[in-house]
Formats: sequence, C-alpha cells, structure tokens
Amino acid sequence: MAKSRDPESKPEKGLSRRDFLSRGAGVALTTPIVAGVGVAKPQSPASNVKILGPAKVPVALRINGTTQNVSVEPRVTLLDALRNYLDFTGAKKVCDRATCGACTVIMGGKPVYSCSVLALEAQGKDITTVEGLATNDKLAAIQAAFVEHDAQQCGFCTPGFVVACKAFLDKNPSPTMAQVEKGLGGNLCRCGTYVGVRQAVLAAAKTKGGQRNA
Amino acid sequence: MPDYNWPEPSKRTLMGKRISRLDGPDKVSGKAKYTYDIKRPGMLYGKVVRSPYAHAKIVSIDTAAAEKMPGVAAVKVIQGPGTEIQWAGDEIVAVAASEECLAEDAARAVKVEYEKLPHLVREEDLSKAGDRLKPAAEQVTPEFDKAMAAAEVVVEGTYSLPVIAHCCLESHGQITEWEGEDKLHVFPSTQAVSALAQQFAEPLKIPATNVSVKMDHMGGGFGSKFQADRWGIEGARLSKLAGGKPVKIMLERDAELMVAGTRPSTFAKVKIGAKKDGTVTAWESTSWGTGGLGGAGMPPFPYVWEIPNKRMNHTVVSTNTGAARAWRAPNHPQACFVTMSALEDLAAALKIDPLDLFLKNVPLLGPRKDLYKEELLKAAELIEWKKKWHPRGDTTPGNIKRGLGLALHTWGGRPHDSDCRLTINPDSSVSVEMGSQDLGTGTRTVIAIVAADTLGLPLDAIKVNIGDNKYPRSGSSGGSTTVGGVSSSTRRAAVDALDALFKQVATALNADPANLEAVGGKIQVKGDPSKSVAWKQACAKLGVNPISVIGKQPDPDKGKLADSGVAGVQMAEVSVDIETGVVKIEKMVAVQDVGYIVALKTAESQTFGALIQGVSYALYEERINDQFTGKTLNPNMEFYKLAGIGDIGNLVVHMMTGPAQDERGVIGLGEPPVVSPGAAISNAVANAVGVRVPSLPLTPDRVLAALEKKGGLT
Repeated sequence: MAKSRDPESKPEKGLSRRDFLSRGAGVALTTPIVAGVGVAKPQSPASNVKILGPAKVPVALRINGTTQNVSVEPRVTLLDALRNYLDFTGAKKVCDRATCGACTVIMGGKPVYSCSVLALEAQGKDITTVEGLATNDKLAAIQAAFVEHDAQQCGFCTPGFVVACKAFLDKNPSPTMAQVEKGLGGNLCRCGTYVGVRQAVLAAAKTKGGQRNA
Repeated sequence: MPDYNWPEPSKRTLMGKRISRLDGPDKVSGKAKYTYDIKRPGMLYGKVVRSPYAHAKIVSIDTAAAEKMPGVAAVKVIQGPGTEIQWAGDEIVAVAASEECLAEDAARAVKVEYEKLPHLVREEDLSKAGDRLKPAAEQVTPEFDKAMAAAEVVVEGTYSLPVIAHCCLESHGQITEWEGEDKLHVFPSTQAVSALAQQFAEPLKIPATNVSVKMDHMGGGFGSKFQADRWGIEGARLSKLAGGKPVKIMLERDAELMVAGTRPSTFAKVKIGAKKDGTVTAWESTSWGTGGLGGAGMPPFPYVWEIPNKRMNHTVVSTNTGAARAWRAPNHPQACFVTMSALEDLAAALKIDPLDLFLKNVPLLGPRKDLYKEELLKAAELIEWKKKWHPRGDTTPGNIKRGLGLALHTWGGRPHDSDCRLTINPDSSVSVEMGSQDLGTGTRTVIAIVAADTLGLPLDAIKVNIGDNKYPRSGSSGGSTTVGGVSSSTRRAAVDALDALFKQVATALNADPANLEAVGGKIQVKGDPSKSVAWKQACAKLGVNPISVIGKQPDPDKGKLADSGVAGVQMAEVSVDIETGVVKIEKMVAVQDVGYIVALKTAESQTFGALIQGVSYALYEERINDQFTGKTLNPNMEFYKLAGIGDIGNLVVHMMTGPAQDERGVIGLGEPPVVSPGAAISNAVANAVGVRVPSLPLTPDRVLAALEKKGGLT
C-alpha cells in the first residue's frame, strides 16, 4: 500500500488494469495493520506478523528535533497524534483523506499528508511541522515571504502550504512559475491566496514574479 | 468639535498603504489558534449520527450499545422517533467521548431505523418536480409586450448554475463548556461573535449575559457561519449531560459539504429584445432554482442594467437537500451570470463587440454609470481587449481556441453597527476592544491602521482585542459590512481619545487643544514641530486615569465615514482545448471600486481571492446529488473540486482610488469581486469556441456537448 501511495511509482508495464486492481486488493487483505471496531479481524495471521492494538500502544515521534512519547491506538493518524495527543495544532484537519494538503508535514525529508500516515508509521523518522520552521522566533524565509506577499487570508490552509513550500524549495531552489504551479498542486486554499503563494515562493527562491497594480 | 473625517491623502501615514496583515506571522508559524485547534482541560470529542436518507421518518433509535462503549461520557438524541427528516446528513444523535476515535466508535454503534419516504434532490427538470414547485407572482412592467414586439432583434438563451457549497476549510463547529449550572462558554468558528450569545441563550434557557463567546481565528465562513447551529446547541446540551465538561464538535468534511451551507442553483430561460445598434429595450426571464427545502428566490434580474421593459417569472423548487446559507454576495453571481451571458449572446447575434454593446448601454447602468464606463475602459486596457478580441469563435487553426469575456457587478456594503472602546493608558500603551471578528479579511489590520494613523503612532503601538463578546458590541461580518463599521467606530473613538489627550497636554504646550495634532509619535502645535511633546510624555500626564472612550457607528454627528454601493468590472481571457473540452484561464482583470480603501494590501488580496473563488465555481464546483439514492455523491474534496494553484492564470487586480472614492467613505469588499467571474469566464469560453456553454461549471463534458450541438469542432 505504501508503494501505491507514492505518486512517483507507476504500475509495471504490461500490467492490465484487472491485474493491478486485484493485486492492490490482495495487498490490502493480507496486511491488516488496524484492528478495531468495524474492522474485520485477520483470518489466520502469519505467525511472524506482530498484531498491535486495538489497545493503545506507546509511540515515539521525533518532532522538530525532540522526541515526543504518546500512547495511542494503532489506528490514530499522525495528524491526530500531533493535534489531539500532543500540542502541534499547526497542521490542520480539513479533507482528512489526502486531497487538500492542510495537514502537510515533512517526514523523512519528504512532504506527506499527515492525515493519511499512521502515527505508528511515523516512528523513527524526522518529522518537521510548521512549528519547527522558525528558529528562535525568527521566521524562515518562506514564512517571511508569506507575510510580505500576503499569501494568506483566513490562514487555515497556510501552515500546510508553508510546509509544502519549504519542502518544494528544498528540492527546487530556483523554480520556474510552471514548476511552482505543478509542485504545489497538492495544497488547496478556499479564500484564494494562490497569487500570494506564487509570489512568496518565487521571492523566497530569490526570483521575481507576480504583479499588483501601481 | 474635532474633525472626524478621513484625513487628506498627504496626511495619511498608514491608511491606504500596502501593509502586511498583523496576524500574518502567527498564521505562517502555526501559532494562530483556530477554534478547531483549541483543547480545553478534560475536553470530550463530540460526533454526530446523521441521516443517510434524504427524506425519511425515524422509526426507532437504540443508543444502549453506544452508551456502554469505552470512553463515552454522554449520548443525546437530537431528533427522536416519529420525526420526519428532510435531507441527508441531518442530525439525529450526538455522542461525546474522551477521545476522537472512541466518539467515532460510539456514533457507529448507535442504531437508527428509518422509514424511507419519497424524495426530490434534483431540480434541473421541472417536469419531474411534481408538487414541489411554488411559482412566485409575475413581475411585469406595463409596456413590456409592446416593447418586446417592437424589438428589432430578439435573442433567446438558457443558462444555469448548480448548487455549490461554501466548503470552509475549517469546518463548522465549536467547543461548549459549562461553568456551574447556568454559565456557558462557547468557542465557535463564527462570523458573529457579538450576536451568538443570544442564539445559545434562548434554547438553553439561560440569560444571554451568562454566555461567553471567544474566537481568535477562524478558517473561513463566506456567509455560512452566522448561527449557533443545531450542533452548537446540542453540543451545549451534550456538555451538560457530561457534567459540564467541554465538548468539541467540528463537522466532518462530508457533513460540512452536505449540511453547513450552499449557494442556491439558478436555471433561467431569457429573451432579450434590442435595437439593431445594440440598445437593449426588453427583458423576459423564466427561472427556477433551489436552496433546499425552502427553495430559492429569484435573483435580481436583469442584473445591474436597468432595462426599461421587463417580465419575470420565477418558480421556487423545494428539494430534500441541506439548506442554503448566504454565500458571498447572495443571489448576485447567479443574476450576473444569467444577465451578462444573455447580453453577450445578444452581442454575438448582432455581430457587435460585447465591450461596445456594454458601452452602448451604459445609460442603463444607474447612478454609477460613469464609474462603470471608466472601469470598462480601464479593464479593457489591462487585458488588451481591442487588440485581442475577435468575433465569436476563434478561427485560428489548431485545437486551442482563445477568447475574451466580460461582466460587471455591484453590491451595497453599508457599514454595520459597531461600538469600539479605545483606551490610552498612562504608560502610553493603546488598546482597542471590539466584539468583532477577523475572517481572514484583515479586520484586525484595518482597526490597527485606523487607530495608529489617527493617533500618529506606529502600527505596533496598537493592541487590537477582538473576538470576544465581553468587548463592546460590533456587528456580524456579513454582506461586506464589517470594514465600514469597524473603521468608522475606531476612527471616532481614536479622534475623541486624542481630543481628550490634547486637553491634558495643551497647557504644557501653551496652546489651544483645538490647535494640536498627533504626528510621528508626538503631540505638537499644528504645523510647528518645535512645540511638541512625545507621545510617552503626553500620556504620562494622565496620572493614574487612562482615557477610555467609546466610538460608535452609526454616529451621524461625527462625520460621514462610510457608504454603500460599489461598481466593478471584470474581464477574462481563456483558452479552450476543443479536443478535450478543458478550459484554462489565461488572464483575468478585476477593476474594483470600493470607496475609500483603508488597507490596500488586504483589499487587493481579497479581490485576488474572489477571482480565484470565481474561477473555482466557473470551472469546477458543483454539489452533485443522486436522485435514485438521494445521496450527495461528492461530499469530499477530491470530487467537490476547488481550483488549485495551477488553475488560475495571470490575475490582475486594479483597485479604483482617488478623490471620487475618498469622498464616499469606506465600503465593504467581501462580496462584490466574487460576483462577475462566472459570467466573464463563460463569456470568454463562448467567444473562444463559438457557442454558448450554457451551464456552469464549464467542465470538459459540457464544453464538448455544446460543441457537438453546434455541429462539430470548427
């Protein structure tokens, strides 16, 4: 499943749609990682598969350089662990199914939708949330650019956008406008702040762009 | 009597300038705490069991299993057996548990039995609507028949916009918490901080003075967050059942899209009569639409243009769908889309450039006709209309066709009532307190700009306290009424407070208080910086008594600071791939008049945002209901689509500024710029592909269907 979520992975050549779907389904049935109310129990777990839950399990998360210990049911997502069990509320819950990007955090160097990562899965990886971007209260360049270019209105998508921009710029230090529009297509805003976001990303990358009337 | 009027341009230090929003740093760093982020000690998570059926009677409810689930603190039946449910997603039972996942488990364990009843969830085909129709009285002018018969040309068209949702990123919801038996604390996501206490107090039978309402930040409302809401009242009851413990209920995304507000649909058949030179003489429309069980009234047809002869018929369609709520500029986007499309179709039939047709009919544009003309010409310049426009149907070879479209709009935006307490303390600090709210529009920033500029202080000298109903009452943020209200009350409070401070320092400066001014952190004799006292020293003269005054809106004796009524013009350039039907925005221009602009940067941002929301509803947004099951098919964000960062093209915002704007005073901006985009984009698509795509959103299938009807890809 982890592989099929990776946008860069593609089904091998020659795989029919039917094959692909049946393989996908097979994977889902044989690796139950969640056991809770309303979830079918595995028929005959292999002896080497460790079953966690439904009771709480200890989870250690390295967030912004500090290890945080929580006790959560295995079904709890990284996003809920951050927001409900710790006090990292910068990442927001909006679509809750990996569409809008409001919950974006950087995990193991890559931006991820934390609503669709289990807290368990996030162990052992460096997690950076929006709270970890500023140093000693000094805003990171992308954050300062968001303020300067007013890349926010209600601001609810903003933390996710800022984190996605940070990850994007780490990978694309001098992006073109087309790269910005493609690379940040995974974050949605309702107020309509994309003009500011585009300007902020390009400004933070020390390139220019955008216009307001004189 | 001090001068309350807005200062001359040369005397403004902050007003009208591009200033970054005050809460920007908190928002970009995750420090801004939204309602959804609040965690109270001992807080429970509330979840709501909702009707899966669009129309049904509740037969039985069994909550026994849910009550015994781990962590469950309270279960509350909201609508009991026998109740008739009128839309899918309606609230049936609420549960509260110590953890969110446990509350979800408990909600799933509630058993509700329904008797299904016949439903109607689609309104496009009136012949299938049975007895769910309510025709409104015909509106007709005396000379209509004669005028339509005399028209040299008559053009007919059918146009429609579907129901769309607000889709606030922070869903609706709140935390409710009791203190003792009869004091309630509410932490809502709302557009109505000062108005909400009363709404909680009445059903809960407690005095409104016992309800505290607090909100620092909220994640979008767009007109859908004025009410305590059933989940708010029931959340409070659930909290009571749980011994007063705080209960947080934030709607799930599917509920947000099903029950937390929509913009009504409009379907319209239009007939326009005109002279051959394009002068419009007559309008006839037959329209219908729905906004849920209550239907939807007629949009203001014909929009803006005061067409002398008209006949309008409208039918209200009642459907079993979640109710409509005010959606930015209620009824205007629908009226604008239908009217401007019909006018563009008229221009195409007459083979006239629609810009020329609009200019020809400027005399029909009412009191702001000259302003519209100025804006039409400015927008045309910014989008290079005369250079790029071609007659309907781009004849250049290839599958990519380009086109231009235009539209214009209006809105009121009068100031709401507002009381502002401004305090100058002996330690020189200044605070402003107001029961207002910042929806992300920049209300905090506006208040600080007005106070600081008036007092001759830097922006960071002002501490703005809003978002709490313990502060002086200020209006709800709806209908573009906030900026006029809060800027006026703040200005009056600041002028009066300053006047009081002048009286304290006049003796020391050996001057008449009326001859003092506050400039650059000093109080000085007007025009004479050599006779001055620094702000800090001036405040020290207050001894132990701060100056604390209330400024009010309205207060007709203290200057005319705000107004109502704006004009805006928008133009769009699109490209359409006639092989795939995909529409791409190349460029949009918004030329917007909004009176005197206090905070230019956030005003521009709001206009950019309106264009982007407009692109979104023009190209993507539609709440799709299935008549067979009665269910909403896309109550999520992968299929209820919003425009993304790559979908918006090059956007240009031009705010009208100058003496003509300044003399009218401050007017609200939330609504107007979101009105025109649907019409301008639709007109641009028609201009590109050579045929009207009659319905929004302009999805590829609709574009291809219109091309097919026209007779092929030419």
